[in-house]
Amino acid sequence: MPKYILTINKKQHRIEADSDVPLVWVLRDYVGLKGTKFGCGIASCGACTIHLNGNPVRSCQLKISTVPATAQITTIEGIGEQVLHNVQQAWLELQVPQCGYCQSGQIMSAVALLRKKPNPIDKDIDTAMAGNLCRCGTYERIRQAIYRAAKMEAEVVTRDK
Amino acid sequence: MLAESPKTNRRDFIKTSGLATLGLLIGLDAKANLLNLSSDNAAALPVEINPFILIGADNTITIINPRPCMGQGTIQSVPAMIAEELEVDMENVTIIQSDGKSKYGAQTSGNSSSIRRLWLPLRKAGAATKEMLIEAASGKWSIAPTQCYAENAKVFRKDNGQSFTYGELVEAASKLSVPQEPVLKQKNEFKILGKPAKRFDLDDRVTGKAVYGLDIDVPGMVYAAILHSPMIFGKLVSIDDSEVIKIPGVIKTIPCERTMIYTTTDSVAVIASNWWAASKGRSALKVAWDKNGLDTTLDNKEYMSRCYTAAKKDGIRFEEFNDFQSKFETSQSKLDLTYETPFLSHVPIEPETATAHVKEDGSVEIWAPLQGPGETLEEIARYLNISTEKVKIHVALMGGSFGRKAYMDFIKEACFLSNKLKIPVKVIWTRDDDIRQGPYRPALLSHMQGFVEDGKIKGFHHHMIGESILGQVFKGLADDKADPWIGEESSPNNNKYIFTEAHKVSWTNVKTVIPIMWWRSVNASNIGWGQECFIDELAHLAGKDPLQARLDILEDERFRKVLATLAEKTNYHQKLPQGSGRGIAITRAFGTIVACCITATKSGNGVKLDSVVSVIDCGIYVNADTVKAQTEGNIIMGITAAIKPGIVFNKGVCAQNNYNNYPILRINETPKIEVYIIENAEAPGGVGEAGLPPVAPALGNAIFATTGIRKRNLPIDITNLTA
Ligand code: FES
Ligand code: FES
Repeated sequence: MPKYILTINKKQHRIEADSDVPLVWVLRDYVGLKGTKFGCGIASCGACTIHLNGNPVRSCQLKISTVPATAQITTIEGIGEQVLHNVQQAWLELQVPQCGYCQSGQIMSAVALLRKKPNPIDKDIDTAMAGNLCRCGTYERIRQAIYRAAKMEAEVVTRDK
Repeated sequence: MLAESPKTNRRDFIKTSGLATLGLLIGLDAKANLLNLSSDNAAALPVEINPFILIGADNTITIINPRPCMGQGTIQSVPAMIAEELEVDMENVTIIQSDGKSKYGAQTSGNSSSIRRLWLPLRKAGAATKEMLIEAASGKWSIAPTQCYAENAKVFRKDNGQSFTYGELVEAASKLSVPQEPVLKQKNEFKILGKPAKRFDLDDRVTGKAVYGLDIDVPGMVYAAILHSPMIFGKLVSIDDSEVIKIPGVIKTIPCERTMIYTTTDSVAVIASNWWAASKGRSALKVAWDKNGLDTTLDNKEYMSRCYTAAKKDGIRFEEFNDFQSKFETSQSKLDLTYETPFLSHVPIEPETATAHVKEDGSVEIWAPLQGPGETLEEIARYLNISTEKVKIHVALMGGSFGRKAYMDFIKEACFLSNKLKIPVKVIWTRDDDIRQGPYRPALLSHMQGFVEDGKIKGFHHHMIGESILGQVFKGLADDKADPWIGEESSPNNNKYIFTEAHKVSWTNVKTVIPIMWWRSVNASNIGWGQECFIDELAHLAGKDPLQARLDILEDERFRKVLATLAEKTNYHQKLPQGSGRGIAITRAFGTIVACCITATKSGNGVKLDSVVSVIDCGIYVNADTVKAQTEGNIIMGITAAIKPGIVFNKGVCAQNNYNNYPILRINETPKIEVYIIENAEAPGGVGEAGLPPVAPALGNAIFATTGIRKRNLPIDITNLTA
């Protein structure tokens, strides 16, 4: 069986797996990082969203063999390791999750959005978050929490100036 | 605004690993068990004064939650009822999910019953325990119990403020008799109930640490992907797995079975060392199925056409006030219309999954996202033909459910396979399985007749036509009987409308083999669609504003207040700009009244949804923020049910198999949402489902108000509206 090296949350992992195993299953079942969820397998629900070199991608669509060892993979476990990320903090403040199953993916998409657009407007949120389904229906709170997180970042920036 | 939670990071709040890890839980009779413990560790052990409450000598308080959490927050709101009366701070409590044992009573999260059914029993459990602790303290001090009070897990002397912790009292308290009628607190004395509280369990849900059913990892487990018949109930004719076993990781294929509540169907499982290999194996299977005529009977259109035929005849009467038909015939101003709702799938984002280990000694251990540990325990014992003592249930968090994970088919599949292999087996369904295999919310036809006189709706007949959950699934409905569940929900007793001339509610059972089951709000979403759109149409016929027309036939003060609040919060009496319109609806389900107002604006050939406002009267409640969250979720699910496709069968096969062809609402399609709660001290009603039924009719009525187009059949393509 082929061997691969992946850089996940800044750590290198040696993995022996078939070349076509999607990253979502590699993360969950080979590396043991189960925060990334599975919901559809066809890039339709966003539950498996991770960052590849900082960009949000659906890990159910990425075969292990296509991910170079140098690529930086970040999962939900990697974004707020020491202190909670502002997005996670805002998610708690607004009590966004219901079942929470979709929220790893939602948070990964939101973090990527704010990195690109620190002051998003409704349209930006629609575009960045439309790929993440939530059957519990937390969309209104997700939108408010993104605004809240943006404000938190802005406060930090002003304070640091 | 929410109160700030002093601690925001309490990883130990939920012990998802369940009771087993505690290892200290002692039997029903605490006294007897205490004697069995060696004297040196006895002091450290928690004492079970009551099955739901464990108190350690070190004053650790553990509360058992008997209602699994599927996102509705029972993991906190149910224990809160105990904590309130026990006088312990939720911050200092560890919560553990019950494991299905009968001592915890009914444990199914369903029927929106967790708060309303446990409101008294669990508060009594907390209060009785508190009274025993107070009695123990008063004994130690040799004063009357009335000279003591409990607060924050301690009993205090009123005269000098001295105190004992509960831990110091628990052993003595456990020897006292349990008060049968403990004194409960009044609403104005509540410190936890009714106050906004943050959910501690959310910490783990935003960091990826929460353990859902799909995340269960049992040492030595293998994975199963299961091929079900494309036509549900198809008979297995032959299996060719020659390509399957070549796939690295695949261990073997096993003919399997899917046990539904009333029947068992064939399937084929591919067992592998990892899920991806199992699912690849599944795709490589060549299986022949016998159609068994299912290509013509699994057909939603054929079913609906029989419903229309049945609509031409009288149904079985649930209730009738005055002779409706004779009044209707002579009425001058009347309507006779039909309304359709489709079959729907639950599609929780976490698909069905279960892990089971049937051991050599015949016992079984199950780890699964499930709604009913008690039911599952008994059902699995029956299924495997073992005693209930041999079944151990670990409830995992559900990644959504909406009724689906109360159905145990996927759990039995894991048990079936592990029984063959005697190693832990984890079954994971694909989205394809989830959507194609059902069970679904039943499709229903409502035949509505009504008439108006003097600007008032005076006569109303709701004839519900379709398949019955009680009949199809539980075989509990005789052909000459009306479904009592649907009857109760559609009764004037429930919706409170007063039609002074005539009112009739009737039913015809049209059967189908398309498997049905409860789906969030059960029958209420189907009933609400016909009822509330038709009231709207009659209001227009009467020349009345739809909200006023409802007030004209409602005397119940709670209904009237909900409508008045809705009018106030939406500025209902203020005219909207040209091209916009509002629709309203009000329903009662699970003892809770919810009214909804949707505002829409013309856009292209259709409409765009601008805002949704819901007002909920659920009586007394535990956590305002949870009530809001559930109602917000119901609005989203209600809109999805109204405007996204229903389940369609094509030659016996469900035509949809994933979110691309069975879409649900996305954030960019979501209107602004506001929820308001009515404050009162009425008995608690259900919260998890009651917000859903008024949403679709409010939307249909909004479309009419905006465009003049009346839609009577769901789903509605709101981007392309034609009359
Ligand atoms: S599982 Fe990858 S997008 Fe749904
Ligand atoms: S919170 Fe349950 S699916 Fe989004």
